[in-house]
Amino acid sequence: MKEIWIITRRELKMFFNSLMAYILLVAFLGFTGFFTWIFGSDVFMVGQASMQSFFGIAYWTLFFFIPGLTMGLLAEETRSGTIELLLTKPINDWQVVVGKFLSTLILIAVALAFTLPYYITISTLGPIDHGAVWTGYLGLLLMSGTYISIGLFASSVSKNQIVGFLLALLIGIFFHVIFGILAGNFTGELSNVLNFLSVSTHYDSVSRGVIDTKDLIYFFSIMILALLLAEKVLARRRF
Amino acid sequence: MDIIVENLTKLYGAQRAVDHISFKVHTGEVLGFLGPNGAGKTTTMKAITSYLIPNEGEIHLGEFSVGTQPEEIKKRIGYLPEDNPLYNDMPVIDYLRFVAELQQIAKQKIRPRILEMVTICGLEGEKHKKIGELSKGYRQRVGLAQALIHDPEVLILDEPTSGLDPNQIVEIRELIKTIGREKTVILSSHILAEVEATCDRILIINKGKIVADGSPEELRKKSQGNELLKITIEDADANEVIKTLQSLDSVDWINSINDTDNRFELQSKAGDSSRRAVFETCVRKKWALTELSVVETKLEDIFHQLTMN
Repeated sequence: MKEIWIITRRELKMFFNSLMAYILLVAFLGFTGFFTWIFGSDVFMVGQASMQSFFGIAYWTLFFFIPGLTMGLLAEETRSGTIELLLTKPINDWQVVVGKFLSTLILIAVALAFTLPYYITISTLGPIDHGAVWTGYLGLLLMSGTYISIGLFASSVSKNQIVGFLLALLIGIFFHVIFGILAGNFTGELSNVLNFLSVSTHYDSVSRGVIDTKDLIYFFSIMILALLLAEKVLARRRF
Repeated sequence: MDIIVENLTKLYGAQRAVDHISFKVHTGEVLGFLGPNGAGKTTTMKAITSYLIPNEGEIHLGEFSVGTQPEEIKKRIGYLPEDNPLYNDMPVIDYLRFVAELQQIAKQKIRPRILEMVTICGLEGEKHKKIGELSKGYRQRVGLAQALIHDPEVLILDEPTSGLDPNQIVEIRELIKTIGREKTVILSSHILAEVEATCDRILIINKGKIVADGSPEELRKKSQGNELLKITIEDADANEVIKTLQSLDSVDWINSINDTDNRFELQSKAGDSSRRAVFETCVRKKWALTELSVVETKLEDIFHQLTMN
């Protein structure tokens, strides 16, 4: 556990020492703020004290931002060779992967925490469903975790960060929309399976305030599977 | 802590990078790994650090097996990889702290230990700079500092002095020698003089196989064969000198190197030395012997001889 935390701390420091973290925060708050308050189906347009417009826009912003955060996490280590130095210290591949996963998840959590003023502001405008807001945040975190682990796997595959970015988007887009669209084009069992694979199905149900174990199992199994794959790819070098 | 490598074999595809290598290194010994590029030095070192898993063979550090107890091994090894990869965007001191934490150094000991390493490795003026801003020599020092920070029992250094200037090379060699008294050190190098200056034992490997193993003196003796002398004799006629010395029992042949100043090259017969006989002859003949030196076979020659065929 301690080893994981050492890695997490280093990565977080790196995020905040480089411009990465600040760009993410500014861009994320800018986008979500713009579409929540000013433009499109914003709060005033809808005329309801609800965070739905925020959750809708965050759902897409995070999808695009996360691969940008994860793309270098492992690719850069293999490219520069620092992975060799790291893995000859008393730490194993799994701890490295999980440490990096947690650092990115914490960064996303920080970004989400900065949107709490939205919640406070809206709750003063009218009666808001507090439960739905919290589960909405939970849904965003679960979704972020899923894409972070997919991004880590993509980053482990190649030494090239761009490959890591594009591959993460490519895998991500299937979970994000394609499975959902395909599910609509089929019927019966296949449609159900595709629907179950789609992130939006589970995200919608969580953010509506229904926390079902089925949804939790879905998110956690993708996370664990992708992290395990990243670990396996890292271990490939040994042979 | 002894290092025992038995039958180590590592394949890259069909190519045998390391081919059934076995050797032992004892505590307090500095072993120099010598070989041309691609001989398998780095592969062997990586296998010892548990970074690579060998196709065949066993490696033990003391009672620990690299294959089954990598965590125990990693705690006891300090490793400087070949091209010294470091996190360029991290300040030196933060990086050393990160490594110290990974090496599970007790919290209250981390600070003094970092300062100690900074002093030993001469990083005083650079400790707050980012690693990416350092020159190659300083990077190498950071690499050494991170390898030494947890006071490991075994040190694996892959070309530790590459990129250093001559003064730094001398410093680092001294450092390695000092460390080597209590610890087990393996270092690799292309620079023969370096290996000779720092190592107690040399292992020459070529195409994945050990071709020579011994102390620098032993290796030299082995390849040297016959004693070769350079002598200068003044106040004497060159032809007479050649005739007289040639008649000595121990002398195989003698040649004049330079006609004008009476310098000669003399080779003794196998297993014999003619230094004493030469001196006594000169005394008897009242010649002035102004130079008598043994020409040593250079390690370069041995290396060349062993790795070229």
